Amino acid sequence: MGLTFDSTGGSAACSARELSIQKEEPDDLIIALAGNPNVGKSTIFNALTGMHQHTGNWPGKTVSNACGRCEYHGQGYLFVDLPGTYSIMAHSPEEVVARDFICFGKSDAAVVVCDATCLERNLNLVLQVLEITPKTILCLNLMDEAKKKKIYIDTNLLSKKLGIPVIQTTARDKKGLENLLETILVVAKNPAPNINTTPAPLPRDIENVLSSLCQSLEPVLPPHLPVRWTALRLLCPDSQIIEHLTDQNGIPLTENSQINSQISSALDTLHQAGYTDQSLRDKIVFSLVHRAEQICSACVFTAPNSSREFDRKLDHIFLSPKTGIPVMLLLLFLVFWLTITGANYPSALLSNLLFWFQERLSDFFVFLHAPQWLHDMLVLGVYRVLAWVVSVMLPPMAIFFPLFTLLEDFGYLPRVAFNLDHCFQKANACGKQALTMCMGFGCNAAGVVGCRIIDSPRERLIAILTNNLVPCNGRFPSLIALISMFFVVGQGIFHSLLSSAALTLWILLSIGMTFLSSRLLSQTVLKGEASSFALELPPYRRPQIGKVIVRSVFDRTLFVLGRAAAVAAPAGLLIWLLANFTIDGESLLFILSSFLDPFAQAFGIDGVILLAFILGFPANEIVFPLIMMGYLQSSVLMETENLTALHSLLLANGWTVQTAIAVTILFLFHWPCSTTCLTIWKETKSLKWTSLAFLLPTAIGFGLCFVLELIF
Amino acid sequence: MSSSATLPLSKLREGQKGQVSDLLLSGEMRRRLQDLGLIPGTCVSCLYQSAFGDPCAYSVRGAAIALRQTDSQKILIKLC
Repeated sequence: MGLTFDSTGGSAACSARELSIQKEEPDDLIIALAGNPNVGKSTIFNALTGMHQHTGNWPGKTVSNACGRCEYHGQGYLFVDLPGTYSIMAHSPEEVVARDFICFGKSDAAVVVCDATCLERNLNLVLQVLEITPKTILCLNLMDEAKKKKIYIDTNLLSKKLGIPVIQTTARDKKGLENLLETILVVAKNPAPNINTTPAPLPRDIENVLSSLCQSLEPVLPPHLPVRWTALRLLCPDSQIIEHLTDQNGIPLTENSQINSQISSALDTLHQAGYTDQSLRDKIVFSLVHRAEQICSACVFTAPNSSREFDRKLDHIFLSPKTGIPVMLLLLFLVFWLTITGANYPSALLSNLLFWFQERLSDFFVFLHAPQWLHDMLVLGVYRVLAWVVSVMLPPMAIFFPLFTLLEDFGYLPRVAFNLDHCFQKANACGKQALTMCMGFGCNAAGVVGCRIIDSPRERLIAILTNNLVPCNGRFPSLIALISMFFVVGQGIFHSLLSSAALTLWILLSIGMTFLSSRLLSQTVLKGEASSFALELPPYRRPQIGKVIVRSVFDRTLFVLGRAAAVAAPAGLLIWLLANFTIDGESLLFILSSFLDPFAQAFGIDGVILLAFILGFPANEIVFPLIMMGYLQSSVLMETENLTALHSLLLANGWTVQTAIAVTILFLFHWPCSTTCLTIWKETKSLKWTSLAFLLPTAIGFGLCFVLELIF
Repeated sequence: MSSSATLPLSKLREGQKGQVSDLLLSGEMRRRLQDLGLIPGTCVSCLYQSAFGDPCAYSVRGAAIALRQTDSQKILIKLC
């Protein structure tokens, strides 16, 4: 759920594919930040650059490059936060992004961030990066977690064995970062980088073939391409890399007949020795894994009873067949309950404050002797919708966002994916779709971008098309208001418990609909079998509560709200104009809503509601306030501060329980907001899929409402 | 010795341990598992089964990795 200023592209000028980095100062150093997923790269990036790239405890949340600059002792550093990858030899989009940058981004140095608690697996990537550039620094992050788990690492020996500097950091406490910056400077400015880095040894017969291939390649390769690495890529042809491999004159290496004959004779020798393409690839990977194993057995010491017992105990609760799903539902319920109860009081307070200010604003207009229409337009039109958006939307969002982020930071989301995977598998979809669905609860646009973590294009499309079926943060407050008004009786804690239960049920409906639609898509337009999937369940981490609250409120809630408010003001103006411009004595609002009315009635709603949904296309947050405004234009109602007054306003406009159910359904299932539509278009580059993403939830919502109308 | 017989990883019960003997997967998934350090000789243990019995979480080189049955039955192991 990372819709922030940074992640929506407002930050530094860099793009994933074009690899165009703009330096602020000519002697800025370009530093690539690589690492396995979920090792704290983004935390280091944020700590270094002072930026607020979204962080969370699940693999794959950084899906594109982010750039940030910092200055230390007068030296500028441009950091590029690459997506987390286990390897840079495979082909998923994020790995391609990371690999291309390390291979061809011409960075001055690469920092490979490693999880100190899981060094052996992390070293695989370090060794791969080392094959490409000796200007590499190993950053051992999460040292505090390692200490807690009684894992000790001999960093001097590690550095000696790898031939590169090893820096220990605890990024969340900003420990070790100065040391890191100083080391980067030394490595980047070193004209003759350390070459005592010995590559992971391959079986002798392969090594022999490789070394003769290297000899013939050396004269034709441009100096920045490492010979051994290039030779290996040419031996196990990796079409994507080879496209980028050119000689000094910019001619593709594969067009050089001398090289081609060298390669085919090398391959002949290897095939004669009994190697197949697959076994050759295997041997290359094995050599890296074994090297990592050897290094770790010498440098890492784990206390016998250390282990991950606490994690295992928690997982026993969160994952086991008996408790996994009930606990998940309970957590969902708890988050909603805290949101609903917590939002009540500040909501009332904000509303009183904002409407008190409205009166003062009116007084001011009177004082200025402003014409009545101007007052009505600006105060009753623009300001009132704004006040509505702020008072209804802000408190639940400001509570839900941080709560959700805490769960995310803690590492719970991958467990949700684990619990729900079976359903996604039945739908022939990817288990990681659970993660993107969860991101959708925060913001559907962010959820759609997050779908990049899914490798199979077919499954990624399914996840993108169905993301909007779960309500985003902008729709929750409206759902909560509707539920409290129409579906729940009682007072106090009983009321809030019931409301939370009702909301949980609605959310389960939307999750169920996600499964159903995914399955439907898998059987129709996106036919196919589920592809393979391996999901890492990361260690739990203590969330940084204070930081999460500050960041999620300031960066995300206010950002999203700001966007909503920016839309709300013109929309308020528009609806006021519609209500006050008349043709033949009828207001435009009346004419428009009457025009929509017959159509709307078929689905159990009225023209005003439909109009509000249409006008709310730029931001879902304003739909509910627009419905209110639409009614207020024709009704005289003085009190609008609390839900009881709202309730009576809605009843006065002919709302029944059926209307409320229909509107709730439409809040869950209707077209994606304009930002999400745009994002879907950017991600799919296809009008067809964007239209389908628009139509699918719309058809579901209106279909359900139509059935409802038939029943009632 | 019955313990040296190979069986698919999917047959491993919660708490049982095994040593990878072969990967029958190909292409991208083979690569992906190898990058996680799952190669012949690697020790794995089954940590949890999910609510529906599929997927399962396995401990591989200190990390917990969830795999679906369709994939784990193509990973051969020896009990140990």
